[in-house]
This record gives sequence, structure tokens and C-alpha cells, in this order.
Amino acid sequence: MAGSSVSVDLSQAMATAPVAAGDWLVVAPSLLTILGGSLCLMLRKNTDLQPKVGIGFLGVLVLANVALLLRVLDHGVITMVMGSWLPPFGIAFTVDTLGATLSLIGAIVAFCAGVYGAATVDSTGRRYGFYPFLLLMMTGVSGAFLTGDIFNLYVWFEVLLISSYGLLVLGNDRIQLDGAVKYGVLNLVGTNLFLIATGMLYGIFGTLNMADLAQKVASLEDPASGTLATVAALYFLAFAMKAAAFPVNFWLPASYHTPNIVVSAVFAGLLTKVGVYALIRVFVLILPASLGYLSDVISVVAIATLLTGALGALAQSEVRRLLGYVVIAGIGSMLAGVAVGTTLAISGAVFYAVHSIIVMTALYMMAGVMAMLGGSYDLRRLGGLYAKSAAYSAVFLVLASAVSGLPPFSGFWPKVMLVKAAFADDRAWLGAAILVSGFLTMLAMGRVWIFAFWRGGPEGTPDGKTASVTTVPADGAPQVSGGAVWVPLGILTALVIYIGVQPEWMLKLSTQGAGGIVEPLDYLRSVFGVPG
Amino acid sequence: MRTIIFRTIAPFLTALMILFSVFVLLRGHNDPGGGFIGGLIAASALAIFGIACGVASVRRAIYFHPMGVSGFGLFLAALAGILSFFKSQAYMTSQWLIFELFDVEIALSTPMVFDIGVYLVVVGAIGSIALALEEREND
Repeated sequence: MAGSSVSVDLSQAMATAPVAAGDWLVVAPSLLTILGGSLCLMLRKNTDLQPKVGIGFLGVLVLANVALLLRVLDHGVITMVMGSWLPPFGIAFTVDTLGATLSLIGAIVAFCAGVYGAATVDSTGRRYGFYPFLLLMMTGVSGAFLTGDIFNLYVWFEVLLISSYGLLVLGNDRIQLDGAVKYGVLNLVGTNLFLIATGMLYGIFGTLNMADLAQKVASLEDPASGTLATVAALYFLAFAMKAAAFPVNFWLPASYHTPNIVVSAVFAGLLTKVGVYALIRVFVLILPASLGYLSDVISVVAIATLLTGALGALAQSEVRRLLGYVVIAGIGSMLAGVAVGTTLAISGAVFYAVHSIIVMTALYMMAGVMAMLGGSYDLRRLGGLYAKSAAYSAVFLVLASAVSGLPPFSGFWPKVMLVKAAFADDRAWLGAAILVSGFLTMLAMGRVWIFAFWRGGPEGTPDGKTASVTTVPADGAPQVSGGAVWVPLGILTALVIYIGVQPEWMLKLSTQGAGGIVEPLDYLRSVFGVPG
Repeated sequence: MRTIIFRTIAPFLTALMILFSVFVLLRGHNDPGGGFIGGLIAASALAIFGIACGVASVRRAIYFHPMGVSGFGLFLAALAGILSFFKSQAYMTSQWLIFELFDVEIALSTPMVFDIGVYLVVVGAIGSIALALEEREND
């Protein structure tokens, strides 16, 4: 301990250089959400104050992430080692453009969900801990995006999963417990595989720091050895489960329609994308050689995921389940990017992740609005929503076009990049699958548009007639239209339009983010200092 | 379980266990012990008191809701790492304050604050689970 009289040269083990105040932004997202979440937990009886504190902290989280991203763009990759203990033994938070971008988008979505939650989560839900769970889930999500240590990544996964179990069973309904069991069991298996693979990796290399691992794997004589292939396959299966890729996708449509609509929204936006992020981080940064021989497998999985998602969406008549399949189709697009593995493809996947986080959250929020206006999530019982609110219909049309990949919205550009990358890499089937899946998604979303918005009333209403039915908002949907619904939906839709019309900024971020892990020199340099 | 022997002994046993849990908590930095194990001992003290005298009296005795206690613990643990900000060191770098009081060396440190936070998180979380389980049984 510090008081001992024996002099020890701590500079071998500890970082002694002063840490700039700006570098603290690296831990700010996780730290702010822990503080906010615990504060909300202490305020659990005060259901009026909780939303204010929670939304306030989420707002600050967005600002902190903006500052962090600007600093990363300005200074390059930033590393902070916890407790000053140097890597590879100390735990490092290493933030590059990829992590900072996704963390910022995640924070924006969480802020929107916090605001929307004020309209959909009643005081019982608040007492059960909606805001503490939301904030602590963001601790896990931000931590996963920002950490530079693979075991630490596992820990953040656990943090976000435990909070997500809490969010999932918020109302304690039978159907929610049913969904939570499916979700819980599959995710437990997934995290266990993740842990086993990490244990094997530690057994081989004796380190868990991602930069250190990347160096050691690269210096192997035979980077495609059998043991490493096992590790790679385990990681792929684990992250594919998290991301809901075919054939381990069944848990997503089975559970995402059960909780409060805002919980579905934030899950659909964030959780699967954390799995994709981990896949990109592990395979492109640490195990690039494995990507070589696994890419055909990933291609097949991607194609199957793209088609299952789109066809599943076509077959559903429950809006939330339908959207669950659309999430899966999006995961297929990102996997396609990972399968191709070139810088263009990875940046396409990153761009697609950003787009998908925003648009899927917004679409689930829109589903909540549909249940508010039409009183149901069932397409057979919905109808005539265009007559009820032209403004909401316009928002839905924008989001539906974006998710199908139509210009001029945010889904168009990443699809262009992915298709281009697939054809450039002689994977015409993959490119074709992305296009077909986009087309089928468009049909599925068009079906929702025609049934819920365009026709005069619910099933049974004669053509050309308008049925004037008064409906009460469904449970768990917003009860009245107001600022708490319009503000988050407006922010997300504005982002969808902005990214679609002005893609340069996002393009720059995703290209830089992908370049930073395909050629990780800056990343390694940031962790170990300038190599001598 | 409400025999007279148990009901008479339980308050003393609980007090003793909580005292012991604080002892285990504070010796934890260099010796076996620490926040987690201390918290478990304190939570089992609450559980014993609950079995003997009923959950309602435990809730009255601890005044704060167990979840609030664990929230405060989490808050404290997260705050413990921030002190190093003012010395331009990385998050969670330990800060020590060592002084002599009546010829005894006292070492205060941020790891201790962190440990106290962990202690409270464990007391709150395990305590609220234990109390909830006991409540069902008595209903």
C-alpha cells in the first residue's frame, strides 16, 4: 500500500503522466448513467421527480457523447486506463471513431426513449424502476462501445442484459414473463459462449486487452490455427445470438412485442446492434485472419438472416412482431458487411448500424402511436389512421421508406455501400440478397401503410367507405398525443431525413471508424504509447 | 420460527452480525474480507431478524427501502473514483489519506469508500430479495 517505506518504481506498472481533463470524457458516458441510475433508484417512490432526473441525465449523456466524439475526431484514439494501472494488466477504455459514433447515436436514442417513456410508462412502471433500468442499461451499452478490454466488454454485456431483463418484465404480465424467459435463456447461453471463448483466448495469449490481443494474434506464425478457429467460431455464435442472426433469431420476435412499447423501441434500436458491434470489433480488430475463412459462413448466415427477416415481416399481422422481423433483416445487412470485410463493407455495416438504431427505435415509437390512434397493434383491427392524423402518417411514411432503403432517407446510403462492396468482392449473391430483402421489406411496410393508414377502417369496412370508430388507446401505448410523443419521434425522424439528405458527415464518421479498425495502428499506438 | 428463544436471541444476534460485518468490511483492503462479504453478512443479519420478528419490523428498523440503500451504495462507489480527477489521474486511481490518531495509524482511502459502496449495494440487493421471500412465506 501507499504508506510502505520500501520504494517501488511504480512507473513500470502505473501510468504516471497527468491525464487531461478532456480524457475523462472516455468514462463520462458510463459514469453519468451509473450516477443517474442510482439517483433514480433512490427516488423510486417519487414518480414525478424520477422522469425529470432520468431525462436530465440522459440529456447530459448526449452532450458528453458529442464532446467525446469531437475530441476523438480532434485528437485521434483516446485511451484511459482505470486506476492508472497500465495495460495489458490494467483495464483500458479505448475510444476510437467507431465506438464514439455508436455511443453518441445510442445516447440520442436513449434520450428519446426517456422522453417517450414519460408518456407510456405509468407510475407503477416508474416505481418498478423504468428510469433506473434505462439508465443502467445505457451504462452497459456505452461501456460496451467504449471499452478496450474484451473481458470488460463481457462485463458490460452483463450489465446491459441484467438491466434489460428488468425492463422486459416491468409490468409483470404473464406474457412478459413468457417473453423474458425466452429472451433470458438464449442470452444466457450466448453470454456463456462469449465467456468460454474469452477464457480460451486468455489461455492462449495471457492477455485480455484488445490492442494487445490484436498484436499477439498478428504476430502468430499460423493465425488460422485450429484452436484460434474454435475461439472464432464460438465468438461468432455468441455474437450472432445477441444480434439475432439466422438460425438463432427466434427469441427476438418471441419477446420484443411483450414489454411496454418504449422498451421494445429501445431494445430494437440498441441491443442487437451491440452484438453486431462486438462482432465487428472482435473479428476485424482481433481476429482478422479468422474473418478470411469464416467469411463464407457469415455470408450464408447473412443471406439467410436477410431473407428470414423480410419474409417473416411479410407474414406477420401484429405490428410489433412485424417490426421485430424487420430488425432481423437489418441485422442481415450488417452481417453482409462483416462477411465481405473490406473497409468499404465495414463502413457500410457501421453506417447501417447507425441508421438501424435510429429508424428501428422510431418505428417502434410509431407503432405505439398507431396503437394510441387505433387502439390495437393488430393490422386486422387497425385502419383509417390517415384520416385521424395526417401528420403521423407522414412520419410513418418517412420511416417506412427509410427502413426499406429508399432515397432520400438514411437507409439508402448504407445499402448502396454494402451492395457495392458485395459486388466488388465477387459476392453477387450477397448483394442480390440485400436488394431482395430491401424489396420485401418495402412490401411489408407497404402492407402496414395500406392496412393501418390508407384503408377506411378496420377489417370488414367496405371499400371506399370510412368507418368512424372511436377507439381507446391500447395498454402500454401513449394515451394522449403530446410533446412527450412528438419530441422524440420528431428528433429521430429529423435525423433520418438529415442523414439521408446530407450523408457526408455520417459517411466520414463510418469510413473513419471502419478504417480505424481495419488498419488499427492508431488504436495500438493509443494503448501502448508510441512504439519505440 | 417464532419461538421465544429465537425471538429473544435474534436482536442481539443481528446487532452482533452487523457489527461483525462492519469489521469485515473495514479490514478488507489488505486482509480477507471486504465490501461484498461484509454486505452478505449484514444481509443475513437482516434476514435472521426478519425470520424472528417479522418483515415489517425489519423494514421499520432499517428505515430506508433496501433498494434505496443499494442505489446509494452504487452512487457512492461511482463517486469514489472521481476524486482522482482533481489530481489529473485516471478514473479510479486510489487516493490515500494517512494520519495518526492517538498513536494509531489510520488509513482513509478511496478504495475504502468504494468498498463501503459495494457493501451497501450488497446489503440492499440481497436484503430486499430476502425480505421479499420472507414476506411471501408469512402472508
